[in-house]
Amino acid sequence: MNSTVITPDFPELTPPRDFYTHKSGLLSWLLTTDHKRIAILYAITITLFFIMGGVAAAMIRINLVEPQGALLSAETYNKTFTFHGVVMVWFFLIPSIPATLGNFLLPIMIGARDLAFPRLNLASWYLFVIGGCFTIACLLLGGVDTGWTFYTPFSTMFSNTNVILVAVGVFVTGFSTILTGLNFIVTTHKLRMPGMTWFKLPLFVWGMYAVSLVMVLATPVLAMTLSLIGLERIAHVGIFDPALGGDPLLFQHMFWFYSHPAVYIMILPAMGVVSEIIPCFARRKIFGYKFMVYALVGISVIGFFVWGHHMFVAGMSATATLVFSILSFIIAVPSAIKVFNWTATLRRGRISFEAPMLYALGFVGLFMIGGMSGLMLAAPALDIPLHATYFVIAHFHYVMVGGTVMAYLGGIHYWWPKITGRMYSEGWARFAAILMFFGFNFTFFPQYVLGYLGMPRRYHAYPPQFQTLNILSSAGASILALSYLIPVVYLGWSLFHGARAGNNPWGARGLEWQTTSPPPKGNFLERPVVQNAYAYDEPAPGGEPATGATA
Amino acid sequence: MNSSTADLRARGLIAEQFDDAGQQHATAQFGMWAFLATEVLFFGVLFAGYAVCRARDPEAFLLGSQHTEIIFGAVEAGILLLSSATVTFAVNLIKFDERRVVTALLTITALLGVIFLVLHGIEYSHEYDEHLMVGVDFAQHGPHARGIELFFFLYYAMTLYHSLHVLVGVCVLATMGVLVWRRRIRSEYTTPLVLAGLYWHLVDIVWIFLFPLMYLIGR
Repeated sequence: MNSTVITPDFPELTPPRDFYTHKSGLLSWLLTTDHKRIAILYAITITLFFIMGGVAAAMIRINLVEPQGALLSAETYNKTFTFHGVVMVWFFLIPSIPATLGNFLLPIMIGARDLAFPRLNLASWYLFVIGGCFTIACLLLGGVDTGWTFYTPFSTMFSNTNVILVAVGVFVTGFSTILTGLNFIVTTHKLRMPGMTWFKLPLFVWGMYAVSLVMVLATPVLAMTLSLIGLERIAHVGIFDPALGGDPLLFQHMFWFYSHPAVYIMILPAMGVVSEIIPCFARRKIFGYKFMVYALVGISVIGFFVWGHHMFVAGMSATATLVFSILSFIIAVPSAIKVFNWTATLRRGRISFEAPMLYALGFVGLFMIGGMSGLMLAAPALDIPLHATYFVIAHFHYVMVGGTVMAYLGGIHYWWPKITGRMYSEGWARFAAILMFFGFNFTFFPQYVLGYLGMPRRYHAYPPQFQTLNILSSAGASILALSYLIPVVYLGWSLFHGARAGNNPWGARGLEWQTTSPPPKGNFLERPVVQNAYAYDEPAPGGEPATGATA
Repeated sequence: MNSSTADLRARGLIAEQFDDAGQQHATAQFGMWAFLATEVLFFGVLFAGYAVCRARDPEAFLLGSQHTEIIFGAVEAGILLLSSATVTFAVNLIKFDERRVVTALLTITALLGVIFLVLHGIEYSHEYDEHLMVGVDFAQHGPHARGIELFFFLYYAMTLYHSLHVLVGVCVLATMGVLVWRRRIRSEYTTPLVLAGLYWHLVDIVWIFLFPLMYLIGR
């Protein structure tokens, strides 16, 4: 340990005072401006939302075991999948990696003491919680049945449910997203430590930067669009009303102008996480660093110009359909570059299969399947027959659950020793990761087949010939649910009984591994040394020797 | 900067995540520009909606525009332009610690904002009398009546969101006036005032686009 330890009254082996013990009491957490504590507040909150969205998903899967619907009435089913979509998209997936891992790691990775605007960061969390309260209130008052997309004119003229309440919830949460993105952009621009140039930034930071651009530029569009829905419901007049010369399709354009980039809000951080994990456990420099950077930024820019592929069946002109189709094919190029480069990083690597690596490799495989089926849907000739079927459901769950959730859990495992200072049970973690991969495929691969066979989405009942595949999917979902519960148990156990992690249990590079675990309040006791984040052929500066950690 | 970094930090004028006052000022200003970019997108939806609806029924928008009160709109535009000038003087004079002048300029700016809101309120009440208030009392006749209703829906949505921004701006500027008067903002620490000025200019610019689109197109 170093000589600047500031707590001489502690036994010598105890690490210096970290950000958990810096201050204590509930108020010190609720009023904290420390980015690391705010990250943990977010982690707890989004885990609760994940459980709520997961319960809704379980109800959907139980219902679909029988063709006539085993559990829910048609109306309740509509409300259930709307709740599942709203909660999972806005209250779990969008904040998942940025608000937790990003909040915790971004300042540390660039050698800063905090984000640029710490109080704004705390305000983001409060906005998130307030938005969440509106959404839960909506659930308690009877739910909403429009689907998470709030399509007009149903949402403005016909639905008799609490549309305004949930729109307010999403509106408020949107500002939490905007402020987080703004904080990240400004921090990356202005608070990098001397010597940390743009092309020395870890790809995780680039992922956060790319996603923040999308958050800041797309989310205001959603906020205003939802507020127009609210105004239209109140005034019974609005620009989406065809009777006045308004246009319901205009709503879809505005909604997807946000919501397609929002898909990249969900996947770009996941790509950042995987780009850290794979080099570490392959002991190899990331292949094609600059191309990875260009691909991340390219995805975030091109992502703004592909929204029309959600509307091939909505009655756009043939020209618009063609243009959006071509643009949607183009965005596959940077995504493919990333998959190639992750694979090339593995080549001649000394690969070890710790739990984070299993999640990362799972991500690459599932993201590739999800991405390839996305290419199929980018072709209007295929999209038109498949659009209203389970094929689309399977596609976006492969990207969002197989992609983002796998990467999120991989990141949680990878940085768990840094965040908590403890190791978890490696055996259980590997078991859960493998179980998750199989459970996920059992759940969603049958849905590709169901979609191909023509089973329509959004219905509480279906023709009997689809039952076998639906039972398979529901059985897979129960395996998936179990694989989500196991980490809660062993990670919870690790918090209190896990072995001490040390500063750098993975022998990884990057500034976050140069500080103590958990880090002190200002992140570093000594100024860190800027080193290439992927220099796995050089020794780590000041760190412990690579140990090949086991718990 | 006439004070040392250590001195400013000891007085709480440099937050702990920044190395010096220059970095802090540049960071805050960059943050405000990023925020203004989100505001452009926020209003952008309304402008896009306006463009689409007007393209579908241009005649109705010209007729609707004739119902607005151009004198009010023009005076309001003049008031906001004037207030942008006063806030610019305030931002520049704070560098010379002209405390009284700056406080006066900020008070004038905030008052101009209040006058803008009052004038707009009078305008709304006139429109209510003429049965133009969409969603409350709207009664127009003729082939373009529904298109005019759509025009006024956009008129209210856009001017109300703009007025909300004016209201926030008035509160911010009044706060700045108090802080300058109490010497909390002075030449060594001008950041909040500079940011408030940037925000106020955005409020002004939005009106510069709203004014012709709402008041001038039909005349």
